[in-house]
Amino acid sequence: MNALLDLKQVAAAYGASRVIAGLDLAVADGGITALLGANGAGKTTILRAICNMRVRVTGELSFSGLSIAGWQTEDIVRLGIGHVPDGRGTFVHLTVAENLALGAYTRRDRAEVAADLDRVYGYFPRLKERVAQQAGTLSGGEQQMLAIARALMLRPRLLLLDEPSFGLAPLVVQEIFRILRRVNADDGVAILLVEQNANLALELAHDVYLLETGRVVMHGPAARIAADESVRRAYLGY
Amino acid sequence: MDAFLHQLLSGLANGGIYASLALALVMIFQATHHINFAQGEQAMFSAYVALTLIQAGLSYWAAFVIALGFAFVSGLAIERILIRRFDGAPVLSVVVVFLGLWFVINSVAGWLFTYNVQAFPTPFPDQLGSRFLSAHEIGMIAMTLMTLALVFVFFRFTPLGLAMRAAAQNPEASRLVGIRVGWMLALGWGLAGAVGAVAAIMAAPIVYIEPNMMAGILLYGFAAALLGGINNPWGAVIGGLLVGIIENIAGAYVVGTELKLSVALVIIVVVLVTRPAGLFGYPVVTRV
Repeated sequence: MNALLDLKQVAAAYGASRVIAGLDLAVADGGITALLGANGAGKTTILRAICNMRVRVTGELSFSGLSIAGWQTEDIVRLGIGHVPDGRGTFVHLTVAENLALGAYTRRDRAEVAADLDRVYGYFPRLKERVAQQAGTLSGGEQQMLAIARALMLRPRLLLLDEPSFGLAPLVVQEIFRILRRVNADDGVAILLVEQNANLALELAHDVYLLETGRVVMHGPAARIAADESVRRAYLGY
Repeated sequence: MDAFLHQLLSGLANGGIYASLALALVMIFQATHHINFAQGEQAMFSAYVALTLIQAGLSYWAAFVIALGFAFVSGLAIERILIRRFDGAPVLSVVVVFLGLWFVINSVAGWLFTYNVQAFPTPFPDQLGSRFLSAHEIGMIAMTLMTLALVFVFFRFTPLGLAMRAAAQNPEASRLVGIRVGWMLALGWGLAGAVGAVAAIMAAPIVYIEPNMMAGILLYGFAAALLGGINNPWGAVIGGLLVGIIENIAGAYVVGTELKLSVALVIIVVVLVTRPAGLFGYPVVTRV
């Protein structure tokens, strides 16, 4: 499969402190790639670097064959990259319906948008019960669902997810990951997933990168990584 | 009783002007967390544009629309060319930029249009007048209510209005849905400029037009925005109407006309001391 997202020799820094360097990373079209690593390994920074958000980025970044290095965040997003950042990027003072409308802000195909709205309400029926509610008053799990639904309204080709399981009850996490699998299988949306919960990530992903202090230390199919003795001991605890 | 009713209603008419200006201030404050001290001067300049066009022979409403367009474009240009360069600058630098803008616009107006006090026409026919309110006061109330309603409908029901609210609330998340945040801020400046221009053009027949015409009105606008809550557009509108009424009643029965303007300052001080978030605002808590 061709790489939808391709990073070559990418470095990213906050001011003078460099967080990632010499990073090569690819996400296959229609594939699910997971980034694993301890806190501070640079996983979130990689997602921010892809969207040129808050970090200073150098190196080659291409999306669907197009070089996006140096592009503005909003222009990168418009190519079809739905980003669910850490902190979820929810408009807490706006209603659920308004959040979802904003997700489709760049789209002009009204009929299709309406159809997609029905679809995300189908994925997350709980959001439909709360259309007129202020997003800030939703529970953590509902907010995460809203964030993913908001990103899906862009009709993305690639979904960037920053720890979607963070702080959520196990049942809610299961539900969210079930939806993610469906989105990937049904619509062919590629996913780049950052996750602390290695078990979850290895189950969902096809392809895994292991990061340590800003560098890739291991990369391969999820099954092979999961079977690796040292990985099991370091990340899975058995 | 009639006299009191007259004071009350004419206070309401003035209050509409303060409400419009306060709304313009709040629109910019919500997006940038800055108070645009030059808001009044931008509005004054647009009123001069209208007057010049009327004197050149254009009909009142044609001049009105063009002046509003001028206010919109110049507000947008000020943000794009000047203000955005001070994004993230210390508050004091921004305040100095706004004050500089105030004096520059004021001086340019004086240079172009002279400092002579001039009369400004009203488009409302005399028959409109009633026992309690003059024709212009009634027209003024209608115009400000219409302006406020239009602004409300725009922000509440249009996709662009929604995007502007989103950009003001959460710029980073807005970029992640593809909103061009910089342009939304500029658009906000343009709209605020136009709303301010309506206030100045409506006020001009009453206070007469001269480069310093908005100084007092701006002070009432500040008082209105603070009273209603600087982060609540509805609050600003209600605050404006309240300030108009308080000013007029106090001017007529309590402090006298000479001390009217100090009423605005008293309101500002009282609000800041007793309830800094205003009547309808919410306190902003910052993590340090």
